[in-house]
Amino acid sequence: MTPPAPLLAARSLTLSRGGRELFRDLSLAIGPGDLVQLEGPNGVGKTSLLRILAGLSRYGYEGAVERSGALLYLGHKSAVKAQLTPRENLALHVGGEGSHGDAAIEGALAEVGLYGYEDVPSHTLSAGQQRRVNLARLYLCSSPLWLLDEPFTAIDRAGVGQLQSLFVQHVEGGGAVLLTSHQPLAVDYPVRALTLSQGSAA
Amino acid sequence: MSTPPGAAAFCLRLVRRQLLLAFRRPIDIANPLVFFAMVIALFPLGLGPAPDQLAAFAPGVLWIIALLSNLLTSDTVFRGDYDDGSLEQLLLAPQPLYLSGLAYICAHWLVTGLPLVLISPLFAVMLNLPAAGILALALSLLLGTAVLSLVGAIGAALTVGLRRGGMLISLLILPLYMPVLIFGSACVQAAVTGVPTGPYLAILGAMLSLAIALAPLAVAAGLRISIDA
Repeated sequence: MTPPAPLLAARSLTLSRGGRELFRDLSLAIGPGDLVQLEGPNGVGKTSLLRILAGLSRYGYEGAVERSGALLYLGHKSAVKAQLTPRENLALHVGGEGSHGDAAIEGALAEVGLYGYEDVPSHTLSAGQQRRVNLARLYLCSSPLWLLDEPFTAIDRAGVGQLQSLFVQHVEGGGAVLLTSHQPLAVDYPVRALTLSQGSAA
Repeated sequence: MSTPPGAAAFCLRLVRRQLLLAFRRPIDIANPLVFFAMVIALFPLGLGPAPDQLAAFAPGVLWIIALLSNLLTSDTVFRGDYDDGSLEQLLLAPQPLYLSGLAYICAHWLVTGLPLVLISPLFAVMLNLPAAGILALALSLLLGTAVLSLVGAIGAALTVGLRRGGMLISLLILPLYMPVLIFGSACVQAAVTGVPTGPYLAILGAMLSLAIALAPLAVAAGLRISIDA
């Protein structure tokens, strides 16, 4: 099942929060071509797990995480500056990826349906549009591994469909996607489900 | 698809971003200066308007207000980026956080410290500081406010995860501000009394070197802890 050289490997992760054990001895490996959906009820530790895997949480858990290569993590917060335009947000992004040409940024914004909104202040955009500015990074960033926390929040139905086909395109090109979402993926590609349940993990 | 930029290019991008953000909200640049001007205007009312008395207090007063106006803004260095999630992205960037933190501090100083240095001669005249002290005031502020920004960023990084970190940040960093205040106001005092100011400026310069070397380390560690919590 696991292809050679996983992009991300976690061994026997155990995490407790507030005296409650969220997961114990959780191991997983994600390699090129994997499309993994992390599922489970609210408060079960999906975001905590994602933050550990991304390397944002470094303490307070047991186990080991190994990453090879760059990753792109998109969290709950959109990381979009309201005072900057979508173009500036992408050109001056703090994520440390390469600088993108104007054409690339315009292309990415057009892909997420923000054609014509490149140079308006982001605070005039709707919540869904602001999230789309953030999602435009998926088209710009060359990281093979994507960790996405609820990427479909506030996105309309057509946008969700487009994102799902983008995920398939990415994993077919040798990338890997791990996402949390409560809605089933409607894709023509084998989706690995990773279900967190109260106190344990399958 | 392009490769990640080098650390220097990335830092330039961060400085440009922070400056652009600051200029989109010019009120944030003006606030510390207005605060400075208002407090200066209070002193003749409280101490009495006798020019020689004001002049005697001027070096210390000017430096204390500079310090407080810096304290006023130090909370904001990472606050916005923490609130909207940009800070998480910064921590995941492949470039060293030491240099990224330095870039943030540099941008913060450019929009708070530098304007204060440039406008300080005007404030000095308002308090009747003798002309001999004005250059020393500007030079000591030039070095000193940079140290204040560096030290303040440590407190900002440590408290950014707290909802109301304002009071805590003062408690954390005020003790570290004191050496700057002592040598900064002593420098102006020396210039007024005709003593060479070189040694004081040299000490402030040494503090700045030390702060540039060490503060970003503490900032990077503080940010990692704040994001983790």
